[in-house]
Amino acid sequence: MIPEIGHFALAVALMLALVGAIVPHVGIARGDARLMGLADRVIYGQFLMALIAFGALTYAYVISDFSVLNVAANSHTAKPMLYKISGVWGNHEGSLMLWVLTLTLFASAVAWRGKELPLRFRSRVLAVQSALIVGFLIFILFTSNPFLRLDPVPVEGNGLNPLLQDPGLAFHPPMLYLGYVGLSIAFSFAVAALIEGEVTPLWARWVRPWTLSAWMLLTGGLVLGSWWAYYELGWGGWWFWDPVENAAFMPWLIASALLHSSIVVEKRDALKSWTILLAIIAFSFSLFGTFMVRSGVITSVHSFANDPERGLYILGFLAVVVGGSLSLYAWRAPKLSPSGLFGMVSRESALVLNNILLSTFAAVVLVGTLYPMMLEATGGAQITVGPPFFEFAAIVLMSPLIVALGFGPLLAWKRGRIGRAGQMLIPALIVALVAFLAVAWDSAGGLLMTGFGLGLALWLIVSVFLELFERLQLFKKPEKVLSRMKALPRATWGMSFAHLGIGVILLGITVSEAWTTEKLLIMAPGEQAEVAGFSFRLHGVEPVAGPNYTAIRGHFTVAEDGQVFNQLFPEDRVYTDQVMNTTEAAIAPIWTGDLYAVIGESAGEGKWSVRLYFKPFISFLWLGATFMIVGGVFSLTDRRKRIGAPKGKRSKSAAGAA
Amino acid sequence: MSKGLKSRKKQRLIVLSTAVAALVGAVLLVLFALGGDSLSLFLQPSSVLEKKIQAGQRFRLGGLVQDGSFKKLEDGLTYKFVVTDCAADIPVQFKGLLPDLFREGQGVVTEGALDATGIFMADTVLAKHDENYTPKGTMPKNVEACEHPEKAAGY
Repeated sequence: MIPEIGHFALAVALMLALVGAIVPHVGIARGDARLMGLADRVIYGQFLMALIAFGALTYAYVISDFSVLNVAANSHTAKPMLYKISGVWGNHEGSLMLWVLTLTLFASAVAWRGKELPLRFRSRVLAVQSALIVGFLIFILFTSNPFLRLDPVPVEGNGLNPLLQDPGLAFHPPMLYLGYVGLSIAFSFAVAALIEGEVTPLWARWVRPWTLSAWMLLTGGLVLGSWWAYYELGWGGWWFWDPVENAAFMPWLIASALLHSSIVVEKRDALKSWTILLAIIAFSFSLFGTFMVRSGVITSVHSFANDPERGLYILGFLAVVVGGSLSLYAWRAPKLSPSGLFGMVSRESALVLNNILLSTFAAVVLVGTLYPMMLEATGGAQITVGPPFFEFAAIVLMSPLIVALGFGPLLAWKRGRIGRAGQMLIPALIVALVAFLAVAWDSAGGLLMTGFGLGLALWLIVSVFLELFERLQLFKKPEKVLSRMKALPRATWGMSFAHLGIGVILLGITVSEAWTTEKLLIMAPGEQAEVAGFSFRLHGVEPVAGPNYTAIRGHFTVAEDGQVFNQLFPEDRVYTDQVMNTTEAAIAPIWTGDLYAVIGESAGEGKWSVRLYFKPFISFLWLGATFMIVGGVFSLTDRRKRIGAPKGKRSKSAAGAA
Repeated sequence: MSKGLKSRKKQRLIVLSTAVAALVGAVLLVLFALGGDSLSLFLQPSSVLEKKIQAGQRFRLGGLVQDGSFKKLEDGLTYKFVVTDCAADIPVQFKGLLPDLFREGQGVVTEGALDATGIFMADTVLAKHDENYTPKGTMPKNVEACEHPEKAAGY
């Protein structure tokens, strides 16, 4: 009965979404405020229905109702509760349900928080959101219904892929989806603005918090994903440039560009049509990414043939959303009133450069991801585009961005002076050069790239501090620093944190890539091995049992200078419900890096194959990403950006900033 | 006014030409990088034999791990197995820890090059990422031959 309720709720949601997608436009055309106002209520209704449907599916998972095909295919009674619940979105149908739920959730948030938006504009935005929801609901109801029954009812389910039974991966997809879906708001704002034919600085101020939230969630999702790869797959890597990862990375790049270009719209009333275009492209990449991962398009070209209905629907939906919005753009964008002027050297130009480089990088990643597919689809050879391609692109395109990042915040709006900024950055240049020379000198050319990366990272980190000191006038009026710190807008703190985060990440990548020590060994209990100055001793290996797996667990102690200071317990698990091995690497972060141990299979005679790593500075990756997210939070809580803030206060602080 | 228009045009021109330069750069980058070793051929055993791939040329080999072919050498870290697409077989040697999802009879993607004796010396064995994602090209193109070996013997 419960699954039928869920199914019914989806159908009701579709009806409501259809109403919500059409009626507001009619209301606007007729100037009927009541019809326009309907948009809010219809959105709340859609959210309620989506919540009921999602709840019904979750309930079926929690009680292990195997009469539902989707539950039987993806769950198992012996699974811990956390993974029964995360199993809901661990499959194609369920993840689409999550999409719809978050779409309606975000749309409701706009209806709720956006009371200050003009009614006409708000109902336009909500109507565009409803149209997106219609598309997803049709997809679910007609090709991917999660509530289909199964007869006869199996006694036991198939289980969830053990690799997914991990806290990192339980939260990674919802986080990523929240980010993807958050970009839909920017999309709807852009489309609504195109229909209305007007983009104002106020528009940018409205849309910015949504873009920022989406960007933060995307950042979190990407980091969780790479962290999962790092500790769960047991190969010591954290990024592979595989199509699944790229699918999430491309919208992030575009969202980062959008975040910066909308600042120009807000502050200087320039770059309008470009910002609108970015908003459209960012969400198109989200859609494309989800579908690419979830539909099996990238698994192989053959999966289209496996389920032509889904594949065709996906292509059709993408064509309507992307094609439709781009056509609208081509038609309306030229009508947007011309932009404010700015000089060659100015904050605006720096942000334009940022945008060009980020978008170009996204385009290159797209080419690298799609090229093999295209080639194969057109009957060419099967090839793969490997990490060297993407790494090369990243170095060529991101290095100038990081150099420019030092200058950008120091340049004035409209017309800046490069010489003045350059003078202030001299200490950063010196630090960067010293680091580069120290590394490159030492190694006779072998670590040239490491020196370069290190130099860039330090350049950025030092210049972020220099810029902050300049704003606080640390050297001119040190006694006023505290009061100046309080007065500094939170958005400025946000920017500094986020930029610092990039520098810290770059530092982590460079150092860990260059100086990771890896050993692959056969060890008997009692033996010890030296890795980067640490001695790992294997004490023993014992069998252990978990709720739905059995495992062998190794016990290592790690000593430095004869002093034991850490223990590691790597596991090799065998899941029983769906026979499969997983590696549980044991990772101990210490000040200078991560100790990392993996236990493989028995090598006979009581010996075991093991893999030991020392990964210096790798934690800087997660630390830097945390800085970026913290920066986002700072920016988001900036009073000037809060739409709901009382008018008086806002205009006062805005005047203070100008 | 006319001055304003002029400089706006100039400004557009600058932005546009920078964008075009970046795009051209990106295309060159793609061409350059794709020409190097970042682009590797992806082959199944029968195409390796058909194309007479030379020893030392790097490529990715995909197919099924043949049942009963898996062996571990004395050092305990080197593995031998046969990758098949049910029409041709290639022996593979790999030193390292195998990914969790490696098993006989299942799809696998390995990266490396043939040695002079025709053994594929792999330095990477790719793991399956999650249940919805298999490394591309592991399923043999002639699925028919794998499912009905008796028929395949005919051709």
